[in-house]
Amino acid sequence: MDWRQLWEIISAPDNVPIVGLIPLLAFYIYLAWKQAHANDQLVAQLETDPAMAKTHHRKTWPFKPGWQKEVHVWPFLLRIEFLAAIIVTIILMVWSITLNAPLEEPANPNLTMNPAKAPWYFLGLQEMLVYFDPWIAGVVMPTLIIIGLMVIPYIDTNPKGSGYYTWKQRRFAISTFLFGFIILWVSMIIIGTFIRGPGWQWFWPGQTWDHNRLIYEVNRDLPDIFGITSNLGKAIFGLVIVGGYFALGGFLVYSLFRRYMPKDFSRMSLLQFSITQAFLLIMVALPLKMLLRLLWHIKYVWITPWFNI
Amino acid sequence: MAEEKNGKNGGKVGLLDRVKEKITGDVQALKTDIPTKAKEQIEGLKDPTKTQVYTSIFRHKHDETPRNRALGVLSNVFLHLHPAKINRDAVRYSYTWGMGGITFYLFIVLTFTGVLLMFYYHPTKVQAFRDVLYLEHDVPFGKLLRNMHRWAAHLMVIAVWLHMFRVFLTGSYKKPREFNWNIGVLLLVFTLLLSFTGYLLPDDQLGFWAVTVGTNMARATPLLGHEGPFGPLLGMTPYNDVRFGLLGGSIVDANALLRSYIWHCIGIPIVASVLMIVHFWRVRKDGGISGPAQVMLESEADKPRRGPTAAGA
Ligand code: HEM
Repeated sequence: MDWRQLWEIISAPDNVPIVGLIPLLAFYIYLAWKQAHANDQLVAQLETDPAMAKTHHRKTWPFKPGWQKEVHVWPFLLRIEFLAAIIVTIILMVWSITLNAPLEEPANPNLTMNPAKAPWYFLGLQEMLVYFDPWIAGVVMPTLIIIGLMVIPYIDTNPKGSGYYTWKQRRFAISTFLFGFIILWVSMIIIGTFIRGPGWQWFWPGQTWDHNRLIYEVNRDLPDIFGITSNLGKAIFGLVIVGGYFALGGFLVYSLFRRYMPKDFSRMSLLQFSITQAFLLIMVALPLKMLLRLLWHIKYVWITPWFNI
Repeated sequence: MAEEKNGKNGGKVGLLDRVKEKITGDVQALKTDIPTKAKEQIEGLKDPTKTQVYTSIFRHKHDETPRNRALGVLSNVFLHLHPAKINRDAVRYSYTWGMGGITFYLFIVLTFTGVLLMFYYHPTKVQAFRDVLYLEHDVPFGKLLRNMHRWAAHLMVIAVWLHMFRVFLTGSYKKPREFNWNIGVLLLVFTLLLSFTGYLLPDDQLGFWAVTVGTNMARATPLLGHEGPFGPLLGMTPYNDVRFGLLGGSIVDANALLRSYIWHCIGIPIVASVLMIVHFWRVRKDGGISGPAQVMLESEADKPRRGPTAAGA
């Protein structure tokens, strides 16, 4: 165990935000979960007791008849805002006094940094470079993430859970978002920051970064395994595999939706449903492709003269 | 008129006497006038809110009446983004986590420290790195300034993510807030781009290689990059593709530094500010903060809904 190496990585000033992000995320997930749980219990109670549902104020917060429903922004909201500003300022001051912003040697195109890392918030994309060509990891994925976020309000037709925390009323939406945000985005950043060393190779925490380490990894392409040699054959083979993934996967999504979320399915238009299918399958494709690489050393699935996937 | 000029002795009074008399009168009056005025002044200062200066700035009293509490918010250009009153539960920290507000506050801190940094920084090769060294070692509080700008930028990225996370978990993107969620997504992108364009500016190895890695991906842009799918077919070379446009050259050099600087200090902040104005405006127009709203029961889910669902509506 190389504690010095570990400490160097954890305490690198630009890595501190990620070290901070992890407990922050844990705290806020806990806070959200606590409220979601309370709301779910309230819903369950009201569902079984229609009389109570008619009179209850329908929140987990205390409320008594005669209490004012609204409070003045000044002072009740503004004092919180001012307090928040002061607290953030103090945190920032302490952080800035105790930790210096990094400054390396002057830029030198002839002296490559190894590993050369993107800023921490883009490390998820850089990690994807291991498994995908740059045009996918660097261009298509960010574009899809942005579009995917933007379509969320238009494909989520579930009217429940608007304006309060809940888990039971939005299981599918919340698990999908957690999968994208925590697993595909945050954990890839954590890997990119703490695990990837020189040559973007995998170093377990505490393993010494060996700048001369070489890994002989013979990656194969999926068509090779099936003995397909002609270019046309490879292109058609890949098209069939990728097309098949989307066709079969699409069908699977359909039958799962129809079976387990019939209400949501009936609310969705064809367009809404197809967009949901497409984004779900693309998201799931990431870990699948990673598994192909990690388990069977497969580099490309679909090879054409213009692009490889 | 003429008689008035006659003195007690019937003789004519000299000019000097007349002046003397008037001055004595003035002095007598002074002894009473000034203390009265002084008293009035002190009396007046006891309640500064009644002074003309105060009332010219604040257009209403500061009493603890509901009317004045409301006016205090409504008649202030900065505070009137808020309504006068909000739902009693919407002020709970546990609902919004205050993250949108914290993000905005960090943006203000960054603008402030950023402007100060600009006084010491030239976006040219050689100079840029020296400026940062100078800032760190010779400018009073320069190091603190740079640190604050850097850490506030990191914090802002984290705060935006958490804000988005909370908005998702409370379902606050649902009707009627779909559009504001989209404005938010754009703000997220611009926040990341702000951070990224700033990374190059110290012109050190860290920024240089991060931006090199980042922009190398642009080579591979489908259609528009010289190493991307179909790029070469469309006549893309290292000297005319999208990466060239971003960097102002085929390598990360002086032009890239200048472009980065202009996007970082002028272009993106302006766009982001405009988007923030729209974002805040829409929070109000969409019925204020979405919750904590009343929970919806299964049986109510498919009933037609009335109007925007503001908190507690
Ligand atoms: C520069 C970045 C941003 C700033 C300064 C900002 C600021 C704010 C503020 C101050 C609020 C009021 C409520 C709160 O504090 O939570 C708010 C609400 C909201 N924000 Fe943002 N925001 C930003 C980015 C985003 C992003 C990335 C999203 C989503 C992708 C988003 C979506 C929304 C939505 C939908 C609301 C309404 C929430 C509700 O009514 O409960 N915003 N924003």
